[in-house]
Amino acid sequence: MEYAAPRSLDEAIGLLSQVGVDARPMAGGTDLLVQLRTGTRRPKLLVDLKQIPGLCGIDCGSQGFRIGAAVSGAEIGECLPLREAWPGVVEATELIGSTQIQGRASLGGNLCNASPAADSVPALIAAGAVCTVIGPGGRREVPVEEVVRGPGETTLSEAEIVVDFRLPQPQEGTGDAYQRMIPRTEMDIAIVGAGVSLRLAESGECLACRVALGAVAARPIRVDAAAEALIDRRPDAAALGELAAQASAAADPIDDKRGTRAYRSRVAGVLARRAAEMALRRAGPRRVAGSPAS
Amino acid sequence: MSKRHVTTTIDGESREFLCEDEQTLLDVLRDVLMKTGTKEGCGTGDCGACSVMLDSRLVCSCLMLAAEAEGRVIETVEGMAEGDRLHPLQQHFLEEAALQCGVCTPGFLVAAQALLARNPDPSEREVRFWLAGNLCRCTGYDKIIRAVLAAAAEMRGADA
Repeated sequence: MEYAAPRSLDEAIGLLSQVGVDARPMAGGTDLLVQLRTGTRRPKLLVDLKQIPGLCGIDCGSQGFRIGAAVSGAEIGECLPLREAWPGVVEATELIGSTQIQGRASLGGNLCNASPAADSVPALIAAGAVCTVIGPGGRREVPVEEVVRGPGETTLSEAEIVVDFRLPQPQEGTGDAYQRMIPRTEMDIAIVGAGVSLRLAESGECLACRVALGAVAARPIRVDAAAEALIDRRPDAAALGELAAQASAAADPIDDKRGTRAYRSRVAGVLARRAAEMALRRAGPRRVAGSPAS
Repeated sequence: MSKRHVTTTIDGESREFLCEDEQTLLDVLRDVLMKTGTKEGCGTGDCGACSVMLDSRLVCSCLMLAAEAEGRVIETVEGMAEGDRLHPLQQHFLEEAALQCGVCTPGFLVAAQALLARNPDPSEREVRFWLAGNLCRCTGYDKIIRAVLAAAAEMRGADA
């Protein structure tokens, strides 16, 4: 295996095109190096993306946020404007592994490793994140929910890479949250993950809502039926109960020793509701009593 | 294929080495540079025994290629003591009997040092969360946590 650390996107895409399926892009490498060691993947060329300016750094502007696809979880956790705007996204990212893993692991890697249980992905989908994909055919904008095809597989074409993630500045009254269930108390892979973002009107009515689930299907999924349980309604107990029921119904999980199919489906509803409740608390002081969760 | 030439700084010294592209930083530290203070536990990023600092960021040296160290600053457990004088964390690990077999200890020391550099006065809970990526199969962790809190107190100049 050879290693290359190109300094530009053009150079990286050139290398990936030239070597084809035997090349593998790498950001933090916290999944990929394990796959090399276990022999799950045997690339001939590893293309390190961390020297490419477009994949590094976080830009915070009035239009929103640009998060480089190779930025580490630790850097994301230290970005206070991002945490204030999208706490669910930041908290989900911080759930990826230990302090050591956070020093390297990235959103681009978490997405393109294409695990159904990736923690940052449901939160990004719920927040409406869009990624910039660049390849030999040019540049395109892809909603995060369209990137993962199934376990270990993405919809990206050969030599295409995710360059960055874009999130808007949240409108007044927006809140987001991510909740996950793991069999241990820390350092484990989700058996269910649920991300919710929503926006409340001054009246308390829910104007917009997005719900996404991880680890309960072959890929992270957006669940519009659960979101519709809140949209144009007051988010009362009945609406939240409907959201939970729709999330459970949308779950199509595996059945294994870490969590049975019935359990994962039920927990999908419970966590979607809890994430929605936390997002409601974060949606702003305009909404009644209850301490803000952030 | 010819070997790759890498220039880096390790424990304050400028170091150059030759490596294969697939070698991890841990492989090179232990097998090329003979800096065996850094330990290999799982080799898959789960146990934290190989923890080092990379440009002041805590990482697993088993999850990083040696080639990626080009131009970077690496700090290992071997840079902690000043000559014969142990770092307060090392001293308190001894005093609190925070190690038995010792394989996890270098990783715990480096990780704890990283925590105290960011937060000189962590709560027990903060220490436990920060060190959750370091596994110890001997001590049951309590002694390690006590040693870190005692070292933190000494380093702040407080009475331990």
